[in-house]
Amino acid sequence: MTQTAPTASAEALPLVPGLPGVVADWSSDQRAFKKVPWGKAMMWIFLLSDTFIFSSFLISYMWVRMGTTVPWPNPSEVFALTIAGKSIPLILIAIMTFVLISSSGTMVLAVNYGYRKDRVRTFIFLLITAALGATFVGMQAFEWTKLIVEEGVRPWGNPMGAAQFGSAFFMITGFHGTHVSIGVIFLIIVAIKVLRGDLDKERPGFLTGRKGNYEMVETMGLYWHFVDLVWVFIFAFFYLW
Amino acid sequence: MAHAEGHHGPADGHHVVGGGQQHNVGQQHPLGIYFKIWGLLFVLSTLSYLVDYFHFQGYLRWTLIIVFMLLKAGLIVAVFMHMVWERLAMVYAILLPPLLLLVLLGIGAGEADHTFLTRLTFFGADPAASAPAPHAVKK
Repeated sequence: MTQTAPTASAEALPLVPGLPGVVADWSSDQRAFKKVPWGKAMMWIFLLSDTFIFSSFLISYMWVRMGTTVPWPNPSEVFALTIAGKSIPLILIAIMTFVLISSSGTMVLAVNYGYRKDRVRTFIFLLITAALGATFVGMQAFEWTKLIVEEGVRPWGNPMGAAQFGSAFFMITGFHGTHVSIGVIFLIIVAIKVLRGDLDKERPGFLTGRKGNYEMVETMGLYWHFVDLVWVFIFAFFYLW
Repeated sequence: MAHAEGHHGPADGHHVVGGGQQHNVGQQHPLGIYFKIWGLLFVLSTLSYLVDYFHFQGYLRWTLIIVFMLLKAGLIVAVFMHMVWERLAMVYAILLPPLLLLVLLGIGAGEADHTFLTRLTFFGADPAASAPAPHAVKK
């Protein structure tokens, strides 16, 4: 029967459901985003800004691809891989997609076990997520190497067609890969904090005086799912189009 | 250590859905829905890969790619990122602003068309006829 939420001050008035609730929340005192931890709302706003960055990249890629009179290299063939003497189109990219989706799945499990205060399982799933993320980055490094060394793709040109192919490819996948790498680093940091019991004991983090709690894992998860989300769009527009 | 174990009590089993729990501010949902979405994302990814594998072309290809992409994105945002369980005030604050990008998309497409036609006029390169590189890859 304990109705006490940790943020009791924000729950002083009953929350209005539905569309009138939007008006009520925004026009209310204190804060607009109810029932959401501070860090999570800020992470969402950061992700919103990141959405605009990645969309700008993808739209400029659309621009150069539509604007060039030279044929665009066919990604299906450029990213084909020869396995057992057979050339399979886009296979590496497909595997990378499955790896990233699986890492999103394990991340969601980590968040769930975090809220159950299952310290060890949260740690294990965070670590699996980080490992899958590192696998993804590794495969991307392999892909870049193959493209640069074997296919001769450069940001200013390539032997297969439109010169803009290289710059769009390196910019978009490079920025995404950087996001994944940063995510892996932070996943490991959060995993260590979970294992040490920092979140159970509410120890403050190294950059902040705020107490640790398992909502951090969900905020971390939001970032990680966003990386997966961006890949969905890159996969569709760059590799499949 | 003992502290962590002590907290294990109230959240007994795997069927707790927040309700009478101490920590009901977090997003606590049964694991089943995550596994279903996970599987669905695998299926959708396979389908979008098959679009390329079977060499669908033209509007069929583009439609399928966009449909699968939007379904995947929707599932990730709604379930994995818990958007369906958030208050509408935040859902709208996050999901409506990206619609502005459609304006940028439209402007970009218009200008790119103009650039394309200008290049055709001044450089006279026909996209179908010209193959600048010896092994230019054309579908």
